[in-house]
Amino acid sequence: MEPQVVAFCCHYCAFAAADLAGTMRLTYPANVKIIRVPCTGKADMLYLLRAFEDGADAVFVAGCLEGNCHYLEGNLRAKKRVQYLKKLLDEVGVGGERLEMFNMSAAMAQRFAEAANEMTERALRLGPSPLRKRELVEVKAQ
Amino acid sequence: MIIADQKPLAEIRQITSRFQKLLVVGCQECVTVCFAGGAKEVAVLSSALRMAEQIDGNPKEIVEFTSVRQCDPEYVLDLADKIAKVDAVLSMACGVGVQTVAEHFPNTFVLPALNTTSMGRNTGPGVWVETCAGCGNCILAETGAICPVARCSKSLLNGPCGGSHKGLCEISDDVPCAWAQIYERMSRLEMLATMEQIAPPKDWSTARDGGPRKRVREDLQL
Repeated sequence: MEPQVVAFCCHYCAFAAADLAGTMRLTYPANVKIIRVPCTGKADMLYLLRAFEDGADAVFVAGCLEGNCHYLEGNLRAKKRVQYLKKLLDEVGVGGERLEMFNMSAAMAQRFAEAANEMTERALRLGPSPLRKRELVEVKAQ
Repeated sequence: MIIADQKPLAEIRQITSRFQKLLVVGCQECVTVCFAGGAKEVAVLSSALRMAEQIDGNPKEIVEFTSVRQCDPEYVLDLADKIAKVDAVLSMACGVGVQTVAEHFPNTFVLPALNTTSMGRNTGPGVWVETCAGCGNCILAETGAICPVARCSKSLLNGPCGGSHKGLCEISDDVPCAWAQIYERMSRLEMLATMEQIAPPKDWSTARDGGPRKRVREDLQL
């Protein structure tokens, strides 16, 4: 069973970077599921928790570079939420390492691919989320 | 408003460990405003509990709800249908709310998810400080609307102690000296003559020191 990685990407930067990664034919794992949000500030703690409750092995939030958020400080709010949830996930037993925040500009396709690769690698290294009980097999991007 | 903070997750899990079905109920008033027990916090805590208990192999069923207020019977009694279907109530209201639910549901286990601390105000994003001690005999008219009972570490009534330095209390650099603040405000308002009047020892019988307080408005009793 493939690792399930969910990525909350902001429309203005990270999602554009992901698009560019596709256009440039950069390889990144096919099991990263991208959810476009207008700004990472929209990524509520509950969205991230729900992703884990529904079986995600790793989740990342990708937004604009700090200081360049299209909505000024949405990415700073997301950063604080991710920090808070990492600690909570450690206490819960899921593991805070499964959640991360990345910053990139719309031109940084390589950075998106790096983030996708890193979180998939973490999902494989940490094993399936304790909320799932199946073995993981890496799916190589085509 | 009342300021409260969530208990650590480990403690909440220990308190609720023997119950299978929980009603986690928040409150839309003070604990919402201080981000401790509002609808969002109910959802986040419920999610954390569900995940933690599932990982440990004893999955719990959690019902989530947020009352308008948990300190008034008319809102608390509305919880009856939900309470009938669970083993225990985990209240995310302040101590008042937890006890009000318990009083109206005498055969139900009602547990606190928060540690209630004080009456206070918001001084900046994410920061709440104790502001009123509920002493029952307000002296704010004599102290330029800054309360030394709540905000002076020693609750002094006649000016700062020798530990006041640079406007800060000696106990911590995070605590302003209330009397320094009072002096600064009273001098700005040209009320320093009031400060020169000596306040006699306070009668604490109107405070919690005199026992649990009760207020009755006979004109409201039908």
